[in-house]
Amino acid sequence: MKLKLDKKDFKPFLQSLMDEYDLFAPVQLAEGVSVFRKIGHPEEVDLSSANTQKPAKELFFPQSEVMFRYEKVGNQNQLLSMEEEKRERILFGARPCDIEAISIIEKVFVGEEYTDVYFLEKRMKTIIMGLGCNHPLSTCFCSSAGGDPFLRAGSDLFFIDLGEAYFVELLTEKGMAFHKNKFFKEADPEDLTLVKELEEKAFEKVGYAVPVEGIEKRLDLMGESSFWDRVHEKCVGCRICTYLCPTCHCFDIVDEGEHPCGQRVRNWDSCLSPLYSLETSGHNPRPTCRERTRQRLMHKFNYFPKNFNQVACVGCGRCILYCPVHFDIRKAILWTSPKRPKRYEER
Amino acid sequence: MLQEKIREKAKELLEKKAVDLVIGFGEWTLPLRTTPLFIRTPEGTKNLIWNSFCENNLAVYIHKFSQFKVGIVVKGCDARSITALSLEKRFKPGQLFLIGVPCQRMVDRRKVNRAVKGEILQAREEGDLIYVKGEEFEVSLKRDDFLYSSCQVCTHRNPIHADILVGDPVEESPLKEPYEEAKAFEKMSPEERWRFFEKETSRCIRCYACREVCPMCYCTECFVDSSNPKWIEKGLSPSDLEFYHIVRAYHQTGRCSGCGACERACPMGIRLTYLTQKLNRDVKELYHFETGIDTEAPPPLSTYEIEDKQDFIK
Repeated sequence: MKLKLDKKDFKPFLQSLMDEYDLFAPVQLAEGVSVFRKIGHPEEVDLSSANTQKPAKELFFPQSEVMFRYEKVGNQNQLLSMEEEKRERILFGARPCDIEAISIIEKVFVGEEYTDVYFLEKRMKTIIMGLGCNHPLSTCFCSSAGGDPFLRAGSDLFFIDLGEAYFVELLTEKGMAFHKNKFFKEADPEDLTLVKELEEKAFEKVGYAVPVEGIEKRLDLMGESSFWDRVHEKCVGCRICTYLCPTCHCFDIVDEGEHPCGQRVRNWDSCLSPLYSLETSGHNPRPTCRERTRQRLMHKFNYFPKNFNQVACVGCGRCILYCPVHFDIRKAILWTSPKRPKRYEER
Repeated sequence: MLQEKIREKAKELLEKKAVDLVIGFGEWTLPLRTTPLFIRTPEGTKNLIWNSFCENNLAVYIHKFSQFKVGIVVKGCDARSITALSLEKRFKPGQLFLIGVPCQRMVDRRKVNRAVKGEILQAREEGDLIYVKGEEFEVSLKRDDFLYSSCQVCTHRNPIHADILVGDPVEESPLKEPYEEAKAFEKMSPEERWRFFEKETSRCIRCYACREVCPMCYCTECFVDSSNPKWIEKGLSPSDLEFYHIVRAYHQTGRCSGCGACERACPMGIRLTYLTQKLNRDVKELYHFETGIDTEAPPPLSTYEIEDKQDFIK
């Protein structure tokens, strides 16, 4: 169903959502730094940046999450009741790459063998309102990674900024439930033309320059390539690229607290940290940055495709933008392809 | 030209096999940025560059290349980090060759990004100006209006104890009052200081980039990673974030060269240098000590003498 929402009605529209749902959308924490947060007032919503720093994954897989609390009474361990979030949630303003990434993580957390109730519960009660990318950045390569700047998949409703109004598509049953929202109007044929123009412009800008296709097979042959001896050199081993990655989903479970009370907490973890693979014996199977960088790239482009028929990268470009030493994953991907320069130093 | 001289020196070192590799700066994919380069062949030195976007402190890599003889391109602050590391015996005598570059002060890419509307696709430097170009704009900006705050207060732009200085020394006159950030912080009331610190640290995502890019943070096991004893939890509770940032800064006392790498690395734009600057100022006033100047005197908090004042112990 194709509708539109006038910009003058945008804030009242958000307010109407907040009356019924917990609304999550991008907010600015500091100049140029934004994240998805629960909105207290429509004014807080800030859609000025192409992508937030922290991806929308944290709404489904929070960086730090209490799984349960417990107390020892006598000889018995008792679980303490936890406050439950009862309201349904809306994720508004996530870009197609972030939404695609949620479905990628879902493959891990909600599978045939096991189901992660913490992820699933949040996913089930969230309505996703995606926002098309009229102005992808030069670091964006979603099309190369199998998505596109206007990919609808994963969204229940999809919004496209037309300047004076938003073009709105209701895509799923959850989305169709909004067709009676009083702020939506019927879209005009000119709006459709404009949408097409915006899409074409963005598609052309993003292009297909990064050779992601076929990378799984290429990496099959590169396990002990000298490529790994060099590509990691500049990496200092921080966790920015994994924490800000919308598809990275590793975690570490710890118990916090003192006898007799405690809580079990799940925190994001990163394969770039030496601690990640350190065994109790003191042995570390990934002793240096070389092995850890290889793990990061292999997981995204080889192991994950083997398990789920899809690369674990959506081309959002965050790891390129925020790396303190300017590691560029596009260059690493290029290096695996026949288009690579002959010698590493000649890049 | 500095860039030419850096290449020449690097080439000479590699040709003579005086070093195994040279670490310097190279161009990469994004405008307003450079990337650390690791050059092993004389031919490879043509990729070395020098401009106002060479923001990293390359001294951080000496830990990673501890088994090699390394030539390394250093600014004033980076050279001071290396002197501080030599006092901590982090490398063998003769293992490093410092190619010192008198620093023109580095450009804060975030300030430049904020000055224009839209994405910057190209940037180049010419004299005192930076030209930036996007899809719908092309502007020139005055370089000095966009410098890193740590560079504005810098009083040691000329690398001290470098093995060679490429280019003529520059005048050591800070653009802003030394310790400016620390002084502004000191002027706040204790409540204001706490609120400021609390607000900044609240954005921390514990990626530890501030730690990893710092040449002085080289412990095999950082206190935050220790599980026995456990000093700190691993989540995002404000007290843990604040504890991490206080202790990280404290461990730099008398060891920080004020290069600003920690703040530059933070993806969440957390202000960090006011803390280390405050410590540097205290160390200067209390002990007349500045990091990385003297090759013999250890950092004041790393030493003990029987005559040390004890009146603070009650």
